[in-house]
Amino acid sequence: MTNHWIDIKNADSILIIGSNAAEHHPVSFKWVLRAKDAGATVMHVDPKFSRTSARSDFHVPIRSGTDIAFMGGMINYVLENGRYYKDYVVDYTNASYIVSEGFEFNDGLFSGYDPKSRTYDQSSWKFDLDSKGVPKKDPSLKHPRCVFNLLKKHFSRYNIENVSSVTGVSKDNLQKVYSTFSSTGTPDKAGTIMYALGWTQHTVGVQNIRSAAILQLLLGNIGVAGGGINALRGEPNVQGSTDHTLLYHIIPGYMAMPRADWQTYDAYNKANTPVSTDPHSANWWQHKPKYFTSLLKGWYGENATAKNGYCYGLLPKIEKGADHSYMFLFDRMYNNEITGGFIIGLNPMNSVPNSNKVRKALDNLDWLVTQELHHSETTDNWHRPGVDPKKVKTEVFLLPSAHRVEKEGTVTNSGRWLGWHDKAIEPEADARSFGAAFVPMMNEVRALYKEEGGKLPEAITLLNWPKTYNPEYWTRLINGQFTKDTVVKGTKYKKGQQVPSFTALSDDGSTMSLNWLYTGSYTEEGGNKAKRRNPQQTKMQANIGLYPNWAWCWPVNRRILYNRASVNADGMPLNPKKAVIKWDGKKWVGDVPDGGWKPLSSGKGKHPFIMSKHGHGQIFGPGRKDGPIPEHYEPVETPIDSHPFSKQLSSPVYKFVDSSMDKLAKPADPNFPIVLTTYSLTEHWCGGGETRNVPNLLEAEPQLYVEMSPELAEEKGIANGDGVIVESIRGKVEAIAMVTVRMRPLKVKGKTVHLVGMPFCFGWTTPGTGDSTNRLTPSVGDPNTTIPEYKASCVNIRKADKLTEIEM
Amino acid sequence: MSKAFLIDTTRCTACRGCQLACKEWYELPANKTKQVGTHQNPPDLNANNYKLVRFNEHLDGETITWNFFPDQCRHCIEPPCQGAADTVEEGAVIKDEATGAVIFTDKMAQFSTEDLDYVRESCPYDIPRWDAKTKRPAKCVMCIDRVREGMLPACVLACPTGTMNFGERSEMLALAKERLAKVKKDHPNAMLADQEDVSVIYLLAEAPERYHTKAVAQAPARNTRKQLFASVRSSLTSVSKS
Repeated sequence: MTNHWIDIKNADSILIIGSNAAEHHPVSFKWVLRAKDAGATVMHVDPKFSRTSARSDFHVPIRSGTDIAFMGGMINYVLENGRYYKDYVVDYTNASYIVSEGFEFNDGLFSGYDPKSRTYDQSSWKFDLDSKGVPKKDPSLKHPRCVFNLLKKHFSRYNIENVSSVTGVSKDNLQKVYSTFSSTGTPDKAGTIMYALGWTQHTVGVQNIRSAAILQLLLGNIGVAGGGINALRGEPNVQGSTDHTLLYHIIPGYMAMPRADWQTYDAYNKANTPVSTDPHSANWWQHKPKYFTSLLKGWYGENATAKNGYCYGLLPKIEKGADHSYMFLFDRMYNNEITGGFIIGLNPMNSVPNSNKVRKALDNLDWLVTQELHHSETTDNWHRPGVDPKKVKTEVFLLPSAHRVEKEGTVTNSGRWLGWHDKAIEPEADARSFGAAFVPMMNEVRALYKEEGGKLPEAITLLNWPKTYNPEYWTRLINGQFTKDTVVKGTKYKKGQQVPSFTALSDDGSTMSLNWLYTGSYTEEGGNKAKRRNPQQTKMQANIGLYPNWAWCWPVNRRILYNRASVNADGMPLNPKKAVIKWDGKKWVGDVPDGGWKPLSSGKGKHPFIMSKHGHGQIFGPGRKDGPIPEHYEPVETPIDSHPFSKQLSSPVYKFVDSSMDKLAKPADPNFPIVLTTYSLTEHWCGGGETRNVPNLLEAEPQLYVEMSPELAEEKGIANGDGVIVESIRGKVEAIAMVTVRMRPLKVKGKTVHLVGMPFCFGWTTPGTGDSTNRLTPSVGDPNTTIPEYKASCVNIRKADKLTEIEM
Repeated sequence: MSKAFLIDTTRCTACRGCQLACKEWYELPANKTKQVGTHQNPPDLNANNYKLVRFNEHLDGETITWNFFPDQCRHCIEPPCQGAADTVEEGAVIKDEATGAVIFTDKMAQFSTEDLDYVRESCPYDIPRWDAKTKRPAKCVMCIDRVREGMLPACVLACPTGTMNFGERSEMLALAKERLAKVKKDHPNAMLADQEDVSVIYLLAEAPERYHTKAVAQAPARNTRKQLFASVRSSLTSVSKS
């Protein structure tokens, strides 16, 4: 979230799109309803009328996978009708930048496309620079190649007619949402966008979110109270695990994973440290070498020295362009390229697309270590229906895991708040937390390497690694410590003491930190700030629900990101009624400002978007693999074979894996005419591996269902409560028909398109409840993130003669 | 002064936190349920669910409405179930003076199945249930054990949205009035269900039958309690004998 949960109450308009907030983030609705009480309009755009829709002012049904068309229509509406916040757009975004001549967009493709490699050469997606290397600007927004005019031209195709015909949203509904939400394009109003996996899990997932970024920048809704782009992240500590790098492509603190073509410490820093020549651009990532060096010091301790490049050479490096996401990981496993591994805290046999394939892939392992609370479809894969356990070679180790309430540590919530949770009870029997299992296990591995050697044993043996696991210890190291006596702003710190802020991190080896974003969370002065529970606040903070002394928030306890965009050049709030920060003549008050520099009018200020190289909000956003501006492409499996925006039907760069089991239905395939979307539900957690073992939760949601409209049910001769078979080109799934008026047939390009929706939390280890919905979904993914397209694929449905997976 | 709930259904997201919190507090076992084409599960109140969120959906033209109704004992000001039970044995159902909680006591274990059915029939909201084997009475007791210790009922504590409210009756009535006035702006037919007669007041945005067939009492004109129940009982008995 750019903002935080409580801040939702400050919104005048709430657009919930790509999220079922009330069901998946129930507490969010505490704040949504507060906003509604104060007069906000709440809109839910989603294929299904859900519990979120029930509490919104109105619901707008949309065909899954057409969000960019919907959002592009709104961007066009805002531009055509002059609903944008002009001063904000000119002063704080890159709308005025001049884009270089070489950049083009023709019939669905940006310049630089290579159809053979299905990638873009992005070198033409750039700005004209002046003699000092600063982007040329036209604040009058008249230059034909300024970002603003390119944007206008790009989205002019997204008229109400085209958008309605592709999305299936009625013209009236489009007008209603566009008009309501764009009314926040004034300084005294704010609109927030709440999204979740309904936006990310598409082959255009990143561009869905880009479309929100563009819209919110046009409306001046970033950096302000009640605004922002708010990714609703979940109970599995998604925010914290992303910050600390659960995924392969980054290392902690959002720094790039070392690559084979960056062989040295210097090469890494050179390739990853942006340079700006604009004195008004903070270009915050210029400090990256300090964070990177401190991270290396954290990993290798005293072994990391300037002389050895802080042990950079010991880090594993991936090939440029290599994809190690789980879609490709399981494909390699399927092709016998992986012999063993650890799967902990997830249930991929249920939650990865094309389950039939990934279940087979897992059979190819020689060994597998799992650590869980309960047996799951993953731990017990070799016992799955239709498989003879004796014929599966994998040796599986199931280690008992401690439950959340049996361990202490931190969780980072969506609003980037770091909170400490205590241990309520001791783990039972031999169960351990992940840390308590992993730390000693690594020590065994270290001992083996020391004894027996191996390939590059130093990568393991030189690690700065404790003997036992202690969560406080790691929390302290994540914050960071001085590695020698140091003076910061007149304060003396001894070696081993806590670093007060990331501005004190250094690239000379004098500091270590396991994640620069969290520096300041555990200090000599403030202790473990994750434990703070003090509601104290100033009147100004109380006005917008800021609690600076409650828990701690990255970065530097700043609760609303980009908050310098909420004030004018003199540092005065654009909306005084909901001021976030304010320059009182001597200092900033309110929230922690995005950098403490004086206001811009002083001549010593900085542009507000300090994380982007040039300091402005990126309406034109190079760096993504699929273009600097969003463009509508159909999901890979789509019920239509053309659309009015271009001849490019699906994303030209989406990712996929290829095998005899990775079939895809062709566009508008008459055998699979129905759009399937998949989702979680309130009562079960993710793949259900834990919650299906909680009897009271299973009582409330006992079995796999498929939600469908009465119209589709009638067409297929299906009655409410019937057993049905849902079928894609990849597999079949049994479900109970839930025939509901909450699913509406849509008119798409003049024809009726039906949608069905299914949860994915049921599995065969809970007998009679159903089995993996992901046997239906395809292994195709976003080109930037490789997140699979769970939200839109094509299926057919029929009444079942009998069910074997579900107890009737 | 007695206590009351305000259940503001216009804030309910049917997260079922209340339904489960109730089960957790009273350590009620889970029922084996099935998916039969609705999210409402278990399908009805039963020995192991004192509280149930009911789901009812409607399509009017192109407008979808999905109503949620967290159903529970209303803790009537003059409980018909008490009148009915009194005809079997005085004191089987009691009303706690301090809170207004209506409590089924152990004396009910002596009741025949017919007696129990009679008590259930007397309830205008069809709330009372019993465990078939042990005859353990099964209905909301206003978390009287918690309330006496100054704690909120489990369902109220669990509610994230302000749907479930609990406090002094006068406070709840004032809150109900205030909320009703706000809700009426968008929903002119909004109402407080049976507010004079019950300690569990529902704020409904539209007609009660669009939430649940027994959202409000379908009571006949009032006789004295004894008369009413004597007559109901004799007619029930004659039906069951015929």
